[in-house]
Amino acid sequence: MSLQSIPLEYYLSLSALLFTIGAVGVLTRRNAIIIFMCIELMLNSVNLTLVSFSAFMGDSAGQMFVFFVMAVAAAEAAIGLAIILALFRVKQTVYVDEVNIMKW
Amino acid sequence: MSITVLLFSLLSVGAIISAITLITRRNPVSAAMSLIVHFFTLAGMYLTLQAQFIAIIQILVYAGAIMVLVVFVIMLLNIGKEENIHEKFNIRTTLSLGMAVLLVSQFLILFLGNPTGMNALHDNSLQIGSTQGIGTVLFTEYLFPFEAISLLLLAAIVGALYLAKRKSDT
Repeated sequence: MSLQSIPLEYYLSLSALLFTIGAVGVLTRRNAIIIFMCIELMLNSVNLTLVSFSAFMGDSAGQMFVFFVMAVAAAEAAIGLAIILALFRVKQTVYVDEVNIMKW
Repeated sequence: MSITVLLFSLLSVGAIISAITLITRRNPVSAAMSLIVHFFTLAGMYLTLQAQFIAIIQILVYAGAIMVLVVFVIMLLNIGKEENIHEKFNIRTTLSLGMAVLLVSQFLILFLGNPTGMNALHDNSLQIGSTQGIGTVLFTEYLFPFEAISLLLLAAIVGALYLAKRKSDT
């Protein structure tokens, strides 16, 4: 069987796979910067889903959503990295399991 | 086999490999480099979906702006390789890997078991993904969210400045 074009399911499966890889990274890593990058990975896999739905259904709403997700991701990057910097200044570490001052 | 199928196969393999490299590297700089590769493969994926504007914005915003910020912070903090990532195969890693395998198999059964019947791009997809199509919709239908997002970015700038400022300087 030779495919002439890619069905929608392939794009959805790929983005589900990428989302899960990102989730595993968030759960298993200790470095706060790498956890942050894994969150970006998860955001991007959702973007892929939105763009593929938009292109396959002929509706521009999905691509508008991706545009706004990117703006929110940029804001999140600025704030998240500032938090990591402030954390490093106080605790001299970026490993999340060494930062447990809010744990009762 | 058409060019789209070939591109999709190459880019999806590249995206998966770079994502796995990202979560397994101990060195944060090499993880950041593989994330940049991942962003470029996703931009190529958007091009196969005829979303040119989103593909260019992906490279400009993610691979350009956000990753420069991340690499800059990694250099600034001067953190070395992460110790004991695979030292002991603890319960948290085992559990999360098991859940991930379950989740992926569930997704794959759901998506590949129920075909949507959409095997080709919509006729309008080229028009929608162009800069003209995006701009027209952005400044008519989505004008209020567009203005609201500028307020969010302003709040992010103020917040980042406040968080990164040394308290003794005041």
